[in-house]
Amino acid sequence: MRLPLLALLARGPAHGYELKQDLEQMLGSAYPQPNVGQIYVTLGRLEKSGLIEGEDVEQSSRPNKKVYHLTDAGRAALRAWFEEPEDEPRVRDEFFMKLALAPRTGLADQISLINQQRRQYLNTMRSLSKLAAAENRDNRIAHLLIEGAMLHLQADLDWLERCQEELEELE
Amino acid sequence: MSDRPAPVARAGDAPGPSAGNPPVLRAEGLVKTHYGEGAPAHAVRGVDLSVRRGEFVAVTGPSGAGKSTLLHLLGGLQRPDSGSIWLDGACADGYSEARWAVERRKRIGIVFQFFNLVSNLSVADNVELPALLAGVAPRRARTERAELLAELGLAGKERSMPGELSGGEQQRVALARALVNHPPLLLADEPAGSLDSKGTREVMRLLSRFHQRGQTIVLVTHDARLASAADRVISFFDGRIADDAALDGTPPRAAGISGVLELRD
Repeated sequence: MRLPLLALLARGPAHGYELKQDLEQMLGSAYPQPNVGQIYVTLGRLEKSGLIEGEDVEQSSRPNKKVYHLTDAGRAALRAWFEEPEDEPRVRDEFFMKLALAPRTGLADQISLINQQRRQYLNTMRSLSKLAAAENRDNRIAHLLIEGAMLHLQADLDWLERCQEELEELE
Repeated sequence: MSDRPAPVARAGDAPGPSAGNPPVLRAEGLVKTHYGEGAPAHAVRGVDLSVRRGEFVAVTGPSGAGKSTLLHLLGGLQRPDSGSIWLDGACADGYSEARWAVERRKRIGIVFQFFNLVSNLSVADNVELPALLAGVAPRRARTERAELLAELGLAGKERSMPGELSGGEQQRVALARALVNHPPLLLADEPAGSLDSKGTREVMRLLSRFHQRGQTIVLVTHDARLASAADRVISFFDGRIADDAALDGTPPRAAGISGVLELRD
C-alpha cells in the first residue's frame, strides 16, 4: 500500500479518508478494499520514514484531521518506483512441488491433483467473470485489473493442460 | 475404454429418476475414429454425457483433443462409430441425415467459429431463413428476427451483408440465426475462436444472458475465460472426459479471488 498512497499524494495534500475514497473510486469492486485503519497505519509509517509530512487541521465539530503532503524524499521514492520494472508474477510454487513429488509418495495421483487445481482456478475464473460483469463498464482501470487476473489464470490453466497431456502419455 | 462393448440402453434407464423430464441431451458410449492419411485418429473414445434442461456446460481441452468432434456428434453433423444419443429422451440412433437436419432447425441451434453465414444473403435473410425453412409464417419470422437483432444490438444492420460486418457482429448474427426457432439446445463450437478479446467478452455476455433465461447450452472452447461463464466444465483430453466439475463461483479456499487481485506492497 505504501507506494500507491505516495502516488495518490503526488497530486496534492489529502487526508486518510480521502485517499481511501480515491482508491475505491479508481479500482471499483475489483480490488479487495483496504480498510481505513490500514491506510492510517501506512501513513504513519510513511511519515516516520520522512516520505510524507502530516499537518493537523482543526475542524469545528469533529476532532482534528491530519492532512498529508509528499516530501522531496517521498517524490524521489515515487520516481524510483516508476523507474524500475517489476518482478514477474510467481511461477509455479506449492502446486508444482506437489505435482513433482506425488509419484514418490504414493499418496496422491498426479492427474487428480491437476483436476483439483483446475477446479480451483475455474471457480476463481468464474468469480472474476462475475466481478467483471458487475463492475461499472466505464471503469477501465478496474476492468484491466480483472482482465489481467483472468489472463494469468488462463495461462495457469493452459499450463495444467500441458501437464495433463504430458503425464497422461506416460500412463 | 474404446474397446469396451457398445453400451446397450437398459430398460430402466430411459425414463430415469425424473421421468417426464428427460435430459435435453444424453449420450452413451460415443466413439468416433477419423481415418485419413497416416494413423487413425481416435477423436472420441467412449463418452457418456447427460445435459439437463437449463444447464450451461462448457467442454474444454487442448486443440486436437476431440472436443469439436464430440460437438459434431451431438448435433448430428457426424455420426458416431458406436454409441447412442438421446434428444429429449428420444433415441436418435436411427435418424437419417434429413431427420437430423430437421432436428437442427427445430431443436438444436448451432454456432460455429467461423460464423458460417450465407454470404450473399442479408443479415435479415440469414436470420429469417431457418424460421421459414421450419415452416414459420413470414410475418412471424420477421418479428422474431427483429426482436433477436434488437436484443443482440444489431438493429439497423438488417440490410447489411455479412461481409460488411465485424467478426463480433457476424457471430451475433449467427447466434440470432441459431436461436430464431427457440431450440431447446444451443451448441456452440469455439464461438469466440476467431474474435478479439472485446468480441469474446461480448459472446460471453450474450451466452450468459440467454442461459439466465433458461437456454440450455453446450459450449466447446479452449478459452477458460469463456468456459467460466458455464456452470459446469468438462475437461476433455485425448477423446475422453478427464474431469466433470460443477462451478459455483466460490473457490474452496478464501485465497481464490482476493489472492489473484491482491496488489502487492
